[in-house]
Amino acid sequence: MGPAAQGPLPDDARERSGGGAASAPPATAFALELPSDLRVIEGAVGYLVERCRAFTAGGSRLTLNFRVGLCEALANAMLYGNGRDPEKRVRVEVELDTSRVEVRVVDQGKGFDPQEVPDPTAPGNLERPGGRGVFLLHKLMDQVEYRGCGNEVRMVLHWSTPLRRASGE
Amino acid sequence: MSFQTTKQNGVVVVDVDGQLIVGNRQELKQKVLDELEGGERKFLIDFANTGYIDSSGLGVLVSLSKKIREMGGELRLANLNEDLRTLFELTKLDTLFNIADSRDEALASL
Repeated sequence: MGPAAQGPLPDDARERSGGGAASAPPATAFALELPSDLRVIEGAVGYLVERCRAFTAGGSRLTLNFRVGLCEALANAMLYGNGRDPEKRVRVEVELDTSRVEVRVVDQGKGFDPQEVPDPTAPGNLERPGGRGVFLLHKLMDQVEYRGCGNEVRMVLHWSTPLRRASGE
Repeated sequence: MSFQTTKQNGVVVVDVDGQLIVGNRQELKQKVLDELEGGERKFLIDFANTGYIDSSGLGVLVSLSKKIREMGGELRLANLNEDLRTLFELTKLDTLFNIADSRDEALASL
């Protein structure tokens, strides 16, 4: 594996902390910059999950919703946003506290229209190999918002909200 | 992360050690397709050591399932943890795949 496949490290020297009760870790904010290399996604997700563990007891909100939702956002940014162009970067901005995590994933592409993605759970689409990324992002995260020209996605996940099922909220 | 392939009672068993995601899905796909081209028709993919799968990983499983079925073969999945089962339910892929609780159960059904 080359250097690009190694785990990411925070690049933002202005990492800030503040607030919070004495017994709880203070809220924190930091940023990462990643190359458009799909091999770095697993390491980046693993690193961010470990950062989150200081703020949540874990459970499926962390191990399923956060891990898979983040994975989808990073893959979309690298594949469809940056077109796998190794010269283009993906910036990940994180705000973390004991109630929630907010992640903004920004790529250097021209953006896309998420409204154009058909429902992958419709009977006619079930055997299609693609088209589940945006669907999962919306199912797993509590808030998903596209900004700019569609090259930035802002996601919020609350640690204590019950997991949403396919059958409803 | 690795995909270890063994053969048990005429079944190609693929042990997925790690996550099945966009960065490695092609490796799994190629391994299974190679076995399919070599004449194998019964497959079991064991996720006992997998924490999560992303949409690309699910897509590869869907694609392999279709290909194996078209070639007259069968595919079973086994040992999905609670998160993975939820993922299959969310995407309704639990209706598409034959999912066994254990490796032995999957092997007995092939």
